[in-house]
Amino acid sequence: MSDVANTAAQVAGPDLSVILIDISVLTMMAITAIAIARLRSLFALVMLSGVYSLLSATWFVIADAVDVAFTEAAVGAGISSALILGAMLLTVRVAKEDKPLKRIAPMLVVVITGAILFYATIDLPGFGDPNSPANSYLAQEFLQRNYGDIGIPNVVTSVLASYRGFDTFGEVGVVFIAGVAVALLLGFGERSLSASLKKKKGGEK
Amino acid sequence: MKTDHHVILRVTAKFLIPIITLYAFYVQFHGDYSPGGGFQAGVIFAVGIILYALIFGVVEALRLVPATFARTLALFGFLLYGSVGVWAMLNGGLFLDYDFVIPEGPDGHWGQHIGIIVIELGVLFAVAGSMLTIFYAFAGRAPEIDDEDW
Repeated sequence: MSDVANTAAQVAGPDLSVILIDISVLTMMAITAIAIARLRSLFALVMLSGVYSLLSATWFVIADAVDVAFTEAAVGAGISSALILGAMLLTVRVAKEDKPLKRIAPMLVVVITGAILFYATIDLPGFGDPNSPANSYLAQEFLQRNYGDIGIPNVVTSVLASYRGFDTFGEVGVVFIAGVAVALLLGFGERSLSASLKKKKGGEK
Repeated sequence: MKTDHHVILRVTAKFLIPIITLYAFYVQFHGDYSPGGGFQAGVIFAVGIILYALIFGVVEALRLVPATFARTLALFGFLLYGSVGVWAMLNGGLFLDYDFVIPEGPDGHWGQHIGIIVIELGVLFAVAGSMLTIFYAFAGRAPEIDDEDW
């Protein structure tokens, strides 16, 4: 009985400081998202989406998902911003204004999806609940047998690289194919670069 | 006369880029013990080079890491990952079964250790090479960021 009480106390929620940090980070994310939706300057949009990724990485750290946070910070805030910046330079700097009527349908979709997600959170188990389905079956199994099977302490790495090595091989293949596909569509870089440099020189003459 | 009004940016970047690269290798080789691994390390490494390209120009970055090298690196990483699997098969195991990477007793973990380190290296090469190839493909079309875009 005392065990159950203990668990309930742990599940009851984080302390006030964590709640305050949660609220402030999520508020900043909401403000950034609204700013992204309203701005038209593409350069500012790229920077703000990087800020949004960094904030969500912070929030993942608060939620104890350090690996996800790391990936979000590196991929979302780092390389995506740089790549979108590169893509932005190929096009105009300012997005076209939408007609006010055209904004209604996306707004409806967002509001309805948000309402459905809010409704779904009612059924979710408490944050960090040790008895939740995600924490009880396979996760427990992997945590218990990982060190005996693989011999390295980081369970995330051993699941990613060893238990699901085939899966990760496929992911690396996807990244490689994405690189090859973009290069085939846009050119490998050096040839188009020398062409555009030549064009620039010609323009300056 | 060419004036350089990004001097603070350039000096800061020169200071930061080696640290970013070093951090990528820390993430790579400490992945067995802490968050991170080949994917994140590859992306961080590529970001270091891309930062260099954004600040000092793509032409300089192409001299540092040629586009041919980037795409060869991506292919090499992908093949390195696959070759670990084939190596395990040649030693009598299943594809990517690291217990068969080196001959050892049933309780040994060296095969797992070596297998994971080598495939994480493959992931690092493949991700860094692919990201740089994608960046060069975009950036190769617009040689410099104009001053009014900053």
